[in-house]
Amino acid sequence: MKLPYITNIQKYSIHDGRGIRTTVFFKGCPLSCTWCHNPETQAFRPEVLVNPQACSGCGACRKVCPQHAQPGACTGCETCLDYCVNNAREVSGKQYTVKELVKELEKDRAFYEQSGGGVTLSGGEVLAQDMDYVENLARELKNRGLSLNIDTCGAVPFERLERILPWTDTFLYDVKLFEEEAAQKYTGSDGRLILDNLERLSNKLAENGSGRQIAEIWIRMPVIGGVNDTMEHMERTAHFLKAKQIRCSQVNLLPYHNTGSSKYTRMGRRYEGEGFYTPSEKQMEQFADYLKAQGLPGVKIGG
Amino acid sequence: MENMKLPDEQALTGNAKHAVGRGMNDRVRRLRKQSVETQAHIDMERARLFTEVYKQYEGTVSAPELRAMCLKHYFTHKTLCINPGELIVGEKGDGPQAAPTFPELCCHTVQDLHVMNDRELISFKVTEEGYEFQEKEMTPFWEHRSIRHRILEHMTPEWKAAYECGIFTEFMEQRGPGHTVGSENIYNKGFLEHKADIRAALERLDYMNDPEALNKENELKAMDIACDAILILAERYAVYAEELAAQEDDEVRRAELWQIAKNCRVVPAERPRTCWQAIQMYWFVHLGVTSELNPWDAYSPGRLDQHLYPFYEKDVEEGRLTREQALELLECLWVKFNNQPAPPKVGITLKESSTYTDFANINTGGITPDGRDGVNEVSYLILECMDEMKLLQPSSNVQISRKTPDAFLKKACAISRKGWGQPAFYNTDAIVQELLNAGKSLDDARKGGTSGCVETGAFGNEAYILTGYFNLPKIFELTLFDGYDHVSGRQLGPHTGKAEDFTSYEELFDAYKKQISWFLEIKLRGNNVIEKIYADYMPVPFLSVLTNDCIERGKDYNAGGARYNTNYIQGVGIGTITDCLAAVKYNVFDQGKFTMGELLQALRDNFEGHERILNLVRSRSPKYGNDDEYADEIMRQIFDYYYSSVTGRPNMKGGSYRINMLPTTCHVYFGEVMMASPNGRLAGKPVSEGISPEKGADTCGPTAVVKSASRMDHLSTGGTLLNQKFTPAVVAGDGGLDQMANLIRTYFNLDGHHIQFNVIDRETLIQAQKHPEEYRDLIVRVAGYSDHFRNLSRALQDEIIERTEQSFS
Repeated sequence: MKLPYITNIQKYSIHDGRGIRTTVFFKGCPLSCTWCHNPETQAFRPEVLVNPQACSGCGACRKVCPQHAQPGACTGCETCLDYCVNNAREVSGKQYTVKELVKELEKDRAFYEQSGGGVTLSGGEVLAQDMDYVENLARELKNRGLSLNIDTCGAVPFERLERILPWTDTFLYDVKLFEEEAAQKYTGSDGRLILDNLERLSNKLAENGSGRQIAEIWIRMPVIGGVNDTMEHMERTAHFLKAKQIRCSQVNLLPYHNTGSSKYTRMGRRYEGEGFYTPSEKQMEQFADYLKAQGLPGVKIGG
Repeated sequence: MENMKLPDEQALTGNAKHAVGRGMNDRVRRLRKQSVETQAHIDMERARLFTEVYKQYEGTVSAPELRAMCLKHYFTHKTLCINPGELIVGEKGDGPQAAPTFPELCCHTVQDLHVMNDRELISFKVTEEGYEFQEKEMTPFWEHRSIRHRILEHMTPEWKAAYECGIFTEFMEQRGPGHTVGSENIYNKGFLEHKADIRAALERLDYMNDPEALNKENELKAMDIACDAILILAERYAVYAEELAAQEDDEVRRAELWQIAKNCRVVPAERPRTCWQAIQMYWFVHLGVTSELNPWDAYSPGRLDQHLYPFYEKDVEEGRLTREQALELLECLWVKFNNQPAPPKVGITLKESSTYTDFANINTGGITPDGRDGVNEVSYLILECMDEMKLLQPSSNVQISRKTPDAFLKKACAISRKGWGQPAFYNTDAIVQELLNAGKSLDDARKGGTSGCVETGAFGNEAYILTGYFNLPKIFELTLFDGYDHVSGRQLGPHTGKAEDFTSYEELFDAYKKQISWFLEIKLRGNNVIEKIYADYMPVPFLSVLTNDCIERGKDYNAGGARYNTNYIQGVGIGTITDCLAAVKYNVFDQGKFTMGELLQALRDNFEGHERILNLVRSRSPKYGNDDEYADEIMRQIFDYYYSSVTGRPNMKGGSYRINMLPTTCHVYFGEVMMASPNGRLAGKPVSEGISPEKGADTCGPTAVVKSASRMDHLSTGGTLLNQKFTPAVVAGDGGLDQMANLIRTYFNLDGHHIQFNVIDRETLIQAQKHPEEYRDLIVRVAGYSDHFRNLSRALQDEIIERTEQSFS
């Protein structure tokens, strides 16, 4: 079992499902969306982020690096952090055994129980990690009575969704684009797998023998100004969800913000999304009203 | 207890101009405007009238009688004031924002008066006659008789050294013992009934067998005089209101003035019959307590909602009062509180402190004496009142028990998230347990609550005296240098060994414990002497009338007359000291990242030239506030030692000592007297406040802070203070409100005592941009993604600052 890398364990997470939750951000994603606000979760290996405003360029980090600061060779050992006198560095990507991670997630149990919250596994893409690990983790959490949400982009083999299904309370499932060309351009994948998986997952919930739907699906729609902030996109989404009879119980419209752009700088990358913009509140409300009028359940702006 | 949120106060002062329009109607708006716009000023009338009595009678009557005669003389001759339009009458001095002085406690020098007159922030104006009167009349008479003078005369050299170097502070050198809160007694009995009780107690005195009988007689006679004092004041107000009514052209106002006169003829002589009279009754009592002496935290009505509710219910039922009118009366009361600035301090404390609210703190919600949910219609009215009035005084809190409805909690959250610090949230169930732990009966415990900042007390039944702050991090600093204080250049503590020679963390911790004990003994000895000075020279017969068992025992509040008598020493800097010990344990003893010698040199150099060590202790060591067992266990170790060293020690009133963990603004002063600390705190910077983590140390969000804080045994204290910071976006919307309520409930499920929220304003974000090292914990959240503010690009920080401003509009 390969231990995945985790970039962040975010507590008091109140926009990723019901109640007060802890969200685990796994490192590594099959997509590479241009607007991604967590670019450090794209690669499946540890990376160093450097705050250029704080770095004095003293070079101490390079001197002490056991990997001789070779690009792509970071093991996440954090030795350099002891020597960065300006605290300009951050190592992204830490490994936890299932036991260690569960211990960390248990810490906020009192909050979950009070608020009806729990744990959200996110990323990057949690279902692109070693599935033995993910399934063990999910089973352990469920056995302990904790609510589990899976925040997924859907771009994974369907078997992976199937494996996690028995342990999942809610899937937060991203629907970004329908045109294959645009999807390829902006996310690095044509998106067919994502939509197929959503349909299959929804059907799977329906055919559950007990007659009771075992998990919910919340559709998450990032609305990126200049990419999919169009009524046409809303129409296609509504049409798809209805035509395929997707059993979703919420639809969240998430307006784009460029808040992740500084992370690209810290990673030494260029942010390609300079042209994107935040849709206006009025426009967001129009979209929401339209989706509601189409009979979609639980339409909300924001998480 | 003084408030802790200086930035908020400044923000409020800054907003005062915009805020003068607040209030439910024109009347309240005018009164509120007068209250916030009137210049605070020194009022010498009280000092003059009190001094006249001292000059004439000192030495011929007993101390309690002398004090009561002073109050009676003052209330017989003081200037009266009925402000245009007001419904509740009476001012402590000659009008709104008058600050009477208390030379018998501590006598201002003429220089002090100049400091308070000339300074920009919160000045008190002094007239030319005022300066002259102080110089010619007050100073010569009081400078060697004041309590402060007596106290300093009786303190040991060790006490003085520790006091001067900021190891601890002393509350009673400038204000009287207080932290006291009224009970249902105020509304259940008129002062004529109190006088009857006093007469009965006098008749019961046993001169044949009780060696204290004469002392009791003196005290009881003094209480009787004090009752007369308040009756005289009320009668004078009745006459004055009638005079004003006779001259009044406006018919409506004339009727109000007649009713005011009528109210003043019912209360305080008899128990109130209406809601209006009940509020006027409280206000007379408030004036009596705060004119007699200037007790810490003034005086508070305690469970105002529960006390007023029977009157409110009856008035509404009988058609005398509408909900709107009740709210108007409350808003008028709020203005009265805000009209009274705290008495200005003297000397260095005067120069350093800019906090001049008087810390009356109203408890709303909670449970009833028979254990049911205490929220009623008046509770909601009080929430509306505080929201509408947005005044620093009275400070308002909500009491939340398991039985408190979510509707009430969320309404309080909705006000709190507006970001001006009120209401604060208190855990009623924990407070009841704290009181039971301290030996109160269940009934008394349920009637109790919190006053000042967070102090737990049995309202109407207890003298719970805070005696001073105790600088836990400074004592660790001394421990590292064998008891020597590098800041003052004096050997303050005992020799407990050179830190370089310690071979284990345990040895270091043992030395720290010895230093703590040494200074505690000094503090306790001083406290005992001071307590006796107050008992002998500064009795408070008026307050004693209102505090249960003082009449029965024939004993003063300041001499052990109350049913319960508790003293406190407030531990300050638990976050800083925990991080200091954790940094030393982790880096020196566990990991060997540097030696003790290297660390001490770094501290002496204020970390200059020791950047690697600074980075390790600041950013690479376990910290309190992150739900990290390593650090939190150390916190618990320190807390337990401090708790066991203080709790149960006897005081001079037949009660005992307990601890609480709160700082007011003292964490700033305590930091100023310190060199750099092993946790990376630089020389002179504030130490942590309350039980909140060190600034910038908590990086895992509010749930982790709550978990760390709840590892302390709150139930064994008399109050702890936890501040939480949020940006507006985190608590926005229905979801934000729900989770804020859940955060509070969870902290209280874990026995947390108190939590309050500072919603980060634009100014703070600008500061965070300028000083990122002090705001490392500041997390901002936008649209489904959070990051540390310090890590954002300048442009993005600017954008968030802009947005924050918008979300407050």
